[in-house]
Amino acid sequence: MDFALTPDQVEYRNRIRALIREVHRPEHTDRQHRTGTFDSPEINRALAEGGFLERAIPGYGAGDPIELWMLFNELEKAAVPADGIAMALMVAGVIAHVGTDAQKAEFLAQVLAGDTLVSLGYSEPECGSDVAAAQTRAVRDGDDWIVNGAKMWTTMAHVARWVLLLTRTDPDVPKHRGLTFFLIPLDLPGITIDPVHTMGTERTNATFYDDVRVPDRYRVGEVNGGWQVMAVALAFERGLMGGTAAAVPLLRHFHHWAAGVRDDDGRRLVDDPLVRERMVRVAIDNEVAGLMTLRTAYVAATGGLPGLEGSMVKVHATEAYQRAARWFAEAAAPAGLLQFHQPGAAADGWIEYDLRHSPVTTIYGGTSEINRNNIAERHLGLPKAR
Amino acid sequence: MRLEPTDDERTIAEVFGGFFRNECPPAVVRAAEPLGFDAGLWARLVATGAPDMGRAEAVGGGGATLSDLAVVAEQVGRAVAPVPFVEHAVACRLLDRVGAAPPVGATEAATLALRPASPAGTWALVPAGAVAGTVVGLAGDDLVCVRGGAPGVAPANHAAMPVADRTAVDGTVLASGTDAHDAFAVARAEWQTLTASACVGIVATALELAIAYVTERHQFDRPIGSFQAIQQQLADLPIVLEGATLLAAKAAWAGDRPTPGTVDVDRADITEFGTLAGMAFVHAGEAAALATDRALHAHGGYGYAEEYDIQLFYRRARGWVLVAGDPARECRRLADAMFGPVEEVV
Repeated sequence: MDFALTPDQVEYRNRIRALIREVHRPEHTDRQHRTGTFDSPEINRALAEGGFLERAIPGYGAGDPIELWMLFNELEKAAVPADGIAMALMVAGVIAHVGTDAQKAEFLAQVLAGDTLVSLGYSEPECGSDVAAAQTRAVRDGDDWIVNGAKMWTTMAHVARWVLLLTRTDPDVPKHRGLTFFLIPLDLPGITIDPVHTMGTERTNATFYDDVRVPDRYRVGEVNGGWQVMAVALAFERGLMGGTAAAVPLLRHFHHWAAGVRDDDGRRLVDDPLVRERMVRVAIDNEVAGLMTLRTAYVAATGGLPGLEGSMVKVHATEAYQRAARWFAEAAAPAGLLQFHQPGAAADGWIEYDLRHSPVTTIYGGTSEINRNNIAERHLGLPKAR
Repeated sequence: MRLEPTDDERTIAEVFGGFFRNECPPAVVRAAEPLGFDAGLWARLVATGAPDMGRAEAVGGGGATLSDLAVVAEQVGRAVAPVPFVEHAVACRLLDRVGAAPPVGATEAATLALRPASPAGTWALVPAGAVAGTVVGLAGDDLVCVRGGAPGVAPANHAAMPVADRTAVDGTVLASGTDAHDAFAVARAEWQTLTASACVGIVATALELAIAYVTERHQFDRPIGSFQAIQQQLADLPIVLEGATLLAAKAAWAGDRPTPGTVDVDRADITEFGTLAGMAFVHAGEAAALATDRALHAHGGYGYAEEYDIQLFYRRARGWVLVAGDPARECRRLADAMFGPVEEVV
């Protein structure tokens, strides 16, 4: 194997790093946690102007999944909020794969301008992991569809222009065969958006669809072909688009703070033998997560759809992140309990933040259990247990 | 960038995978206990050229890279073969680097004492020390080589490893001071890298054994592999296999690079060989421990029975790693490279 980046890749990475240094400000992070919107319009615009977004849509144009990985890896390592742009680019990848020419023309242009976000309308109040059980109905009415239902965890819906909506178009066939996707504007009449606040400061939403009239041109993929579209979306979501490097800034924040505080014996916290061991174990987990994420990108770059690799890295990276958050909160106790900007807060509150944020990462984007099911059934060939 | 094996690496894996499948089924591993060395198997492996393939062509070796050796080491691990391939390969490369003679005789094995000699001059529990005539290691600030005197017996141990105490007294000094420590550090990192690859092989076989068993074994009128409780436990094995494979391969890649790497933990950008070798070693050791633990458990009571093969892998997954000392100590060594040395408290 060869782990060397090409000169072009190094150059690309340096340009991303320079852009982050130039554009990202601490007040953007404060705004992120105050509003709960994990998005940086300034970064999105700069990425658009720099031509990065065009290269970062999976399967589109000159884009290379290695560059896509690199973009989100650098944003995440720098703790830049990128959930918004990640979802927009992921949906752009879906549209590039299965969208109509008209959808590509309208939607991709908006995403590439860096000012358009998209919410994912998969989960519902009564179905999450069993996503194919979605009950939100879309019923044909001439050239339109009438949509009724409710979606949960529609993060970004309050600032997004679009929602990628999973609907049931045929209730009389096995559940996976009666699903259809739509990409619809969130300002259509009949849509309401209610905030859902979370333990990790992140704001998400419940969205309600009440006799929403949706023109057929907003349909994505075939009627009743929603499950095939979902496979593309999930393969892009896991691994490629961030979510696997959260413990890199956590380790950096902890390390720099621990080098400057002393215990009662005058010893720096960073010199404690157990703390040192755990910092190294976190660094190892981070390296493994980085390599597995890169491998996911490599599979995509060489023509594969890295569903398995994405599942594997998501389980590893998120569980390792939770372990790191607990270890460092323990090592930093009690200062690790203090929140952002409180006097004496460990790493200015980052340790406490990660302790609150990390639990969701093994849940959203496919729970660890669902990902392990995928691995057991599709990779190990064990009998389906459900 | 290429995150899959090269054609050459695939060929090496096929050739040595076939060799160990034919020559080293579990019955051979069992028969070699308690010493943990099969002289006939070693002689046949020597005949393939594998033990010397990592030496430079100029001195009669095969000119193979560390990455090539790692592919062979993985196959050794898949079969838990009772041969000192890893120790011999790294010790011979070390002897060549300091300009010392290789072991005498075609089938004479060499090894590396992983920890420095005691003040009395004893290298304790040297891996392959029971069967290797030539031992290289540190004694104080000297790199010392002793020749001959393999005891041929090992203290009874968990993993049936041919370990033995050896004496550095009366050995030949090959290098001193910084040269000695630098040369030893490279050899130790190579040993860690190849042992990590061997552990990757253990993970791979443990997974195969587990899947075969849970597919065949029925309880409650169903294969136990159809139960989610079993599936969720075993689904972790491909994950650790993937991670350990990539990290071990990256360590070997770093070892083959002529340029020094970097250690930038703040950006998770690590390409320095010695650091990656330690990381790969710690991680692969944990992966092998977890994989054999889960696989043994999936066998139920039979996994605990000597007649089932998983116990052979369970014990070596621990022994091959812990012979180098507490992994936590290795982590603290890595911490110095990653986070700087511990400050003296005045």
